[in-house]
Amino acid sequence: MVKNVIEVDGLTKVFNKGFVAVDHVSFSVEEGEIFGFLGPNGAGKTTTINMLTTVLKPTEGRASVLGYDVVRQASMVRKVIGVVPQEYTADEDLTGYENIMLCADLYGIPKDVAKKRALELLELVELTPFKDKRVETYSGGMRRRLELACGLINTPKVLFLDEPTLGLDVQTRAAIWDYIRKLKEEYNMTLFMTTHYMEEADALCDRIAIIDHGKIIAIGSPSELKGSLGGDVITISIKEDVDVSELIRNIDNVKDVKKDNGSYRIKAESGEVTAPIIIDVLRRKGYTITKLSLEKPTLNEVYLEYTGKSMRDAEESREAFVSHRITLRRARSK
Amino acid sequence: MSEYRPNILRGLSALTIRELKKWAKEPIILLMAILQPIIWMGLLGKAMNLNAIFSVNSLSNVNIPDIKIPEYGITISGTLIKQRLLEVFENIGTNVMQNFFGVTDYFSYMSVGMISMIVMFTTMFSGMSMVWDRRLGFLDKVLSTPVPRSAIIFSKVLNAALRSMFQATIILALAAILGLKISPTFSPMNLLGIYAAIFLLSVGLSSLFLALALRSTRHEVQMAVVNLINMPLMFASNIFFPTSMMPEWLQAIANVNPVSYLTDAIRQLTIFPLNSSTLVIDFVYLGVFAIILSAIGITLSWRYLTR
Repeated sequence: MVKNVIEVDGLTKVFNKGFVAVDHVSFSVEEGEIFGFLGPNGAGKTTTINMLTTVLKPTEGRASVLGYDVVRQASMVRKVIGVVPQEYTADEDLTGYENIMLCADLYGIPKDVAKKRALELLELVELTPFKDKRVETYSGGMRRRLELACGLINTPKVLFLDEPTLGLDVQTRAAIWDYIRKLKEEYNMTLFMTTHYMEEADALCDRIAIIDHGKIIAIGSPSELKGSLGGDVITISIKEDVDVSELIRNIDNVKDVKKDNGSYRIKAESGEVTAPIIIDVLRRKGYTITKLSLEKPTLNEVYLEYTGKSMRDAEESREAFVSHRITLRRARSK
Repeated sequence: MSEYRPNILRGLSALTIRELKKWAKEPIILLMAILQPIIWMGLLGKAMNLNAIFSVNSLSNVNIPDIKIPEYGITISGTLIKQRLLEVFENIGTNVMQNFFGVTDYFSYMSVGMISMIVMFTTMFSGMSMVWDRRLGFLDKVLSTPVPRSAIIFSKVLNAALRSMFQATIILALAAILGLKISPTFSPMNLLGIYAAIFLLSVGLSSLFLALALRSTRHEVQMAVVNLINMPLMFASNIFFPTSMMPEWLQAIANVNPVSYLTDAIRQLTIFPLNSSTLVIDFVYLGVFAIILSAIGITLSWRYLTR
């Protein structure tokens, strides 16, 4: 039986200046799934993760992790979760190994168990050759892997990852994805992650909640979300100057046809199966197909559909992002 | 998956060792911290050579003419008068120093005060490091682990106390080299008392500075607040001058200032002839100060560390 590992009901965080960072958010995460929070910067992803990891107190609403309430049973929650924060929080003056052992001490893991586990984790994230080097000499990717290792030291049942690949290059990002998949497959860990990379959410998550301005606007598996747009888009052009809209519309799986500048824009479910059928039908009637393309909807289109703006547009410039973070941090600190 | 038991001592020692490791890796900060009181000692302590005012040299260019009383045919030699006067003067000087400062030289008096000063400046950094930990995200990570919240605060307090004690040792050793006049009642056992007194004031002061830093994310603000507190704490105390020489209103402040009690305790244990009843009062005061402020610090950290 599948049980819910994380349950969130009407979770809200209002910062002192009246800024509503998270606005009555409700969702649940099942055991063993990777659940992603997707949204632009400042949408309330980190605030949500901070409430679930007991670092921030919710203003309103309830949330529980493995049945423990994040406010009333905060210390129980802290024992069973692992956290990989967005910032590089490892102490730069200590070595990678010292950092992991410090985490182990904070969880009260017996020394001998901790030593063995720390070495295993360093091996997992491929930092063994650098374990006795100070963290200040590490690259961004190495730091991120070290954070991951620290978050795993207590063999958590649920791992929270806040923007796990923020600012990493493509190769390092792929490596982090591999570690994350491994955790799910080999340890049956439940993972809650936030990201503003759509490819990441698409590639990694079993289910995604799209969040914007503190509200969840859509929730479901990546294919469900993309499917909710009404399927794939097939664009077709024929040589003959006749209207074949009706003909196409009668084919199974086709949902909508629009004639546009001599080409037909067809919305259809499972486009890769439907497109050959359309070709067949048109050929049998003696039409010549001159052009054909098949587009799978991306999460960007999903985001566009629900918010009315492209997520890339919602992404602020780097400077705006930094100043936004500073504002947010001040708001959080008060 | 086993259940681990986070315990306060384990967390406390881990976090304290982290702080000490960071500290040991930046010897330059330690050097700067020690340099400051040395400069005070060297410049103010040696320059404000109060006992020299009353020394023979300061009267050496005064010439007293011979006193003649013709009616009786007596002539008193001026040099003789001067010699007698100098003797009396020196005697007065020593007594004045002894009565006001409790010792005959100002250097000994103020170099012990420097220990209090270094305690104040070291503890003030405990609040600063809290602000940094928050800014760097380290604090959030620690907060998401099950380590007891009190261990987070106590590790900073303990770190400040250990650093103060270490730096005080260096100051005391340097003062001894530069000519600290130790009282005959001093015994090596007194060092334990000195450490205990430093520990108590460090605990009290760093709890205060940490409580102020609990919610702060800006080190500039913290710096300004700390400076505002430290200056009056330093001058409205007996670090540089005995409180008996101060105007009454300032005396009233200095007499409740815990820094005065630490300074007095250390003076009792090093340069003054030991007065046990005063020393007991000093320790009781410092102890109460430490207990009250650390209790406030812990209570506030429970409430405000998690926002």
